[in-house]
Amino acid sequence: MSGNRSIRITGSLLLTVAIVALVGPWASPYDYATTNLENILAAPSLRDMHLFGTDDLGRDLFVRTMLGIRVTLLVAIVASLVSLVIGVTYGALAGFVGGRVDAAMMRLVDTLYALPFIFFVILLMVAFERNFLLIFVAIGAINWLDMARIVRGQTLSLREREFVEAARLTGVSTLRIVFRHIAPNLVGIVVVYVTLTIPQAILVESFLSYLGLGVQEPQTSLGALVDAGVKHMEGAPWVLLVPASLLALTLLCFNFLGDGLRDLFDARHTS
Amino acid sequence: MLRYTLLRILGAIPTLLLVIALAFLMVHAAPGGPFDDERVLPADIEANIQAHYHLDEPLPQQFLRYLSGLLRGDLGPSYRYHGRSVGSLIGEAFPYSLQLGAMAMALALVIGIGAGTAAALRQGTVFDKVVMGFAMTGISIPVFVIAPALVLLLAVKLQWLPAGWSGVTGMSRYVLPVTTLALPQIAYIARLTRASMMDVLSRDFIRTAYAQGLGTATVVRVHAMKPAMLPVLSYMGPAIAAILTGSVVVEQIFAIPGLGESFVRGALNRDYTLVLGIVVFYASLIVFLNLLVDILYGAIDPRVRYR
Amino acid sequence: MSLLDVQGLTIRYGEEAVVDGVDLYIERGESVGLVGESGSGKTQSALAILGLLPKHALISGSIEFDGQQILGASDAVLNTLRARRIGVVFQDPMQALNPYLRIGTQLRQIPLAHGLANKKDVDARVIEMLASVGLPDPERQSRAYPHELSGGMRQRVVLASALIAEPDLLIADEPTTALDVTVQAQILDLLEDLRDNTALLLITHDLGIIAGYCEHTVVLDGGRLVEQGPTTSVFAAPGHAHTRQLLAAAPRVDRGEVPVAAKGSTILSVGDAEVQYRDLTAVRGVSFSLRRGETVAIVGESGSGKSSLVRAMLGLVPMSSGRVVYAGAPLDETVERRAKSARRDLQLVFQDPASALNPQMRVLAIVEEPLRVHEPQLGATERRQRVVAMLDDVGLGEKYLRRFPHELSGGQAQRVAIARALILAPKVLVCDEALAALDGSVRKQVLEMLRSVQEDTGLSIVFISHDLAVVRSISHRVLVMYLGRLVEAADAKTLFASPRHPYTRALLDSIPVPDPVVRPKRAPLRGEVPSPVNPPAGCVFHPRCARAGDGCNSKAPVLRDIAGTRVACHYPES
Repeated sequence: MSGNRSIRITGSLLLTVAIVALVGPWASPYDYATTNLENILAAPSLRDMHLFGTDDLGRDLFVRTMLGIRVTLLVAIVASLVSLVIGVTYGALAGFVGGRVDAAMMRLVDTLYALPFIFFVILLMVAFERNFLLIFVAIGAINWLDMARIVRGQTLSLREREFVEAARLTGVSTLRIVFRHIAPNLVGIVVVYVTLTIPQAILVESFLSYLGLGVQEPQTSLGALVDAGVKHMEGAPWVLLVPASLLALTLLCFNFLGDGLRDLFDARHTS
Repeated sequence: MLRYTLLRILGAIPTLLLVIALAFLMVHAAPGGPFDDERVLPADIEANIQAHYHLDEPLPQQFLRYLSGLLRGDLGPSYRYHGRSVGSLIGEAFPYSLQLGAMAMALALVIGIGAGTAAALRQGTVFDKVVMGFAMTGISIPVFVIAPALVLLLAVKLQWLPAGWSGVTGMSRYVLPVTTLALPQIAYIARLTRASMMDVLSRDFIRTAYAQGLGTATVVRVHAMKPAMLPVLSYMGPAIAAILTGSVVVEQIFAIPGLGESFVRGALNRDYTLVLGIVVFYASLIVFLNLLVDILYGAIDPRVRYR
Repeated sequence: MSLLDVQGLTIRYGEEAVVDGVDLYIERGESVGLVGESGSGKTQSALAILGLLPKHALISGSIEFDGQQILGASDAVLNTLRARRIGVVFQDPMQALNPYLRIGTQLRQIPLAHGLANKKDVDARVIEMLASVGLPDPERQSRAYPHELSGGMRQRVVLASALIAEPDLLIADEPTTALDVTVQAQILDLLEDLRDNTALLLITHDLGIIAGYCEHTVVLDGGRLVEQGPTTSVFAAPGHAHTRQLLAAAPRVDRGEVPVAAKGSTILSVGDAEVQYRDLTAVRGVSFSLRRGETVAIVGESGSGKSSLVRAMLGLVPMSSGRVVYAGAPLDETVERRAKSARRDLQLVFQDPASALNPQMRVLAIVEEPLRVHEPQLGATERRQRVVAMLDDVGLGEKYLRRFPHELSGGQAQRVAIARALILAPKVLVCDEALAALDGSVRKQVLEMLRSVQEDTGLSIVFISHDLAVVRSISHRVLVMYLGRLVEAADAKTLFASPRHPYTRALLDSIPVPDPVVRPKRAPLRGEVPSPVNPPAGCVFHPRCARAGDGCNSKAPVLRDIAGTRVACHYPES
């Protein structure tokens, strides 16, 4: 798939999913929390408006899935922004200051890379009551390392570029050099990596939810729905298939989008 | 090369120390002790327990005690399994995780590198697109979706393979867990290999090699393979971490008494010495494997050794 | 039957034809020079002969090598021709050799692939070949990695790889462009010595090399063949306008006008400059001054410290000792601490315009940035007017204002860089290899533009170059540097007429002259520039110097005055 086409297709797919997830629940007569033990694990049907069927407590799966998408996307986007802020600041600082500071800062990143982070996150989730905010922070904390490395490498090479020397020579202020000459040249690569960080964040969030360490009932996320679905996959496969395929679709779209953006960005820079 | 290796080994020591310190701090910062939810104990017994586990000492002293224990290979006693040491618990569970992880990694490397190289050489063909389509799907589907899907299909519906671990012997019990664990890594390594192989194949020295009348097989084997493997080698660290993470899920789904499973149980039980032990053990393992990767990197890329 | 017979060769990528109907013949043992500027299709033609064009190239016409059609031939057939019948040397030896493999390992693949040796005797053959291209201690060097060799040694290895299977035709694509000029002379000698009866297709942009080494000349322009014939007649009586233009733009080091020394007062002086990077001394004890309206050239090969010297002078890298005096007042060591007026007056143009322009800014924003800093009172319209006027001066129009750097050609981008440097009407302009990346005709235009700006405004120019031929036409004075030291300084007229330092003499003799009547001299210098980390004792030039005598290896010469020339040599030419 060529860069531009894949960006258009995956971009509009993601937008559609997000809009349906936002608007969909209003159109449904059900809400995400009301149980109905007389109608558990019902198959999807149009007649009673259970588009995706019901779960083992008789809650409407369509509304719950939409809620799950919202939560998953929200967690992923906020976590990616957290990693963006930490990663870009850290990386740009290391790259711009350079020298020993850079070496020390990157040493720390290398060290953190060696940590089995997910184990720390599990620990965090268990130790501090599971709260929503903590999920964002934890996931963001895992993913900022890549961003920091990439931004640092890019900044380091930009700082050595001759147009920065030319600006220094003319008397352009350091502030202006950073914002006018270095930052704009970082935007492309940062956008690409944020896009690729989102699916990773989604994976971590679903992983935690799957282990029962993520969002708490009756709130839900795609990962939590998959977890619930696994228990009934033999008798009521749709309970697994619907959230699992939506999760996979979302991840695929973000990965394709990121790849497409990267191709576009690379092409710009080699031409 | 010797100098490079020694420098790398020396460099790993502070990393390891830092990792241990961080893990230690995090575990000790977690509120709530292992004995909190048991019935309220008399103050003197409480103090006795605290003293027994040295929890009454100041934190730096506890850390030093822990470190000196580590040097002797002692990870301390488990809070929950009375009379059991963390070391013996890990020693019991780790072989399972090691078997799974090593098999998954081997599978991922063989298939991933093979498929990625083949795709790079047939760039733009249907074969390439199919491989890359699979790979993209592979990195986009979480382990905990793949695992139940495979179980549903191969174990429940077709009954070709056992669905779980308990009560089964022989190699067949490895098939599903190893495949599940390896799939995302196969996908990732295939993508990485393809990209890096394409990059190497576009370099001038490859054109020179072709201009010397060498066949494609020779060009790839002699000239391209080594440099194309460098990014894959760099990815080994994260890959190992990813497989360890994946093993947490896989061991749960297939009921394998491995280290990932022990960790989750330990965390839920607030068995902090066990949890800390596993984190330190895994972190050391990762630091050690990364060290191997670094040294291997130096062996492949002669220019790195001189920095 | 010709050895190589190319007819109507056309290469297209999509709609665009990069080579368009080229006919080319090479007889056995003959040497043919293929000359043209960038984008003329030289390299594409060479790759087509080797069957190495990318798959998406659309090729038509015919390429017969010794009766064998190459276009459409299978890889199996091509592999019997490559190296065994047609050897090739590509431009950059660092890129052409595999950095991950030992040199011997790379070379031994070739005889093995062509069945010229078996595993037992292949190493002996490799070592013999390495010895014949002049690699010292070939047995040990065959175990070295490419990065452990100097540029010249690497290119010798590439030459060895091209000749090890004893081909009938050798294609050399810009074989010396990445090398220093004294090393270039050695490689060209070697090529000539080893070639014997092998035919040669030499691809280059340098008419001097063609004139010296090729019996036949073929001129390409925009993918079309515009002229071909015996080298002597092509140079003596060029039939096509493009050939005449190329010849007119080719600078000659051996003759032509030399600007007369300028008479202005001193505007800038550098005293006893020393630049140190960790454990290497890039510049040691260099002093010079610049007059108003004068052009001073600083000439030297890689490692000479010429770039470090001007960067330190401009305050971009710290000077470990020494001083810079501008308009009678000393300047601070770092540019950030210098007075605004001094920063305004000293400007720099870089070698690579692609790196010197911010890819995210349009031409307008790039050129007006200095105005924003130094004349903040200007409004947007006034700034724009000034930029347009400046662009006009450098030969670019208003239509370039909205372009991004990647939408400019190399020459246009370099003009934009010059416009940025000149918009504040500086007093001193430093050009650091500013013309090196440009084609001959563009270089000539930019040179003329600089000269006219100088005439109009009295601008002083410090012109850094490795190429004495280019320097000759514009410099009033020339400084020659070697390994961080100033070895000779004189008025251009004096220096070109009677160089005193043996290194200056060698530089002058190494430059190929674009005139087939002038026989190329044998390479005047052996060896290559040593590492500045560990410079030779005494006179740093003595290991390569033919005139070296008593004391040269122990006592460093100081600059002394001989008939108006400052020279650092114990045994200068008289």
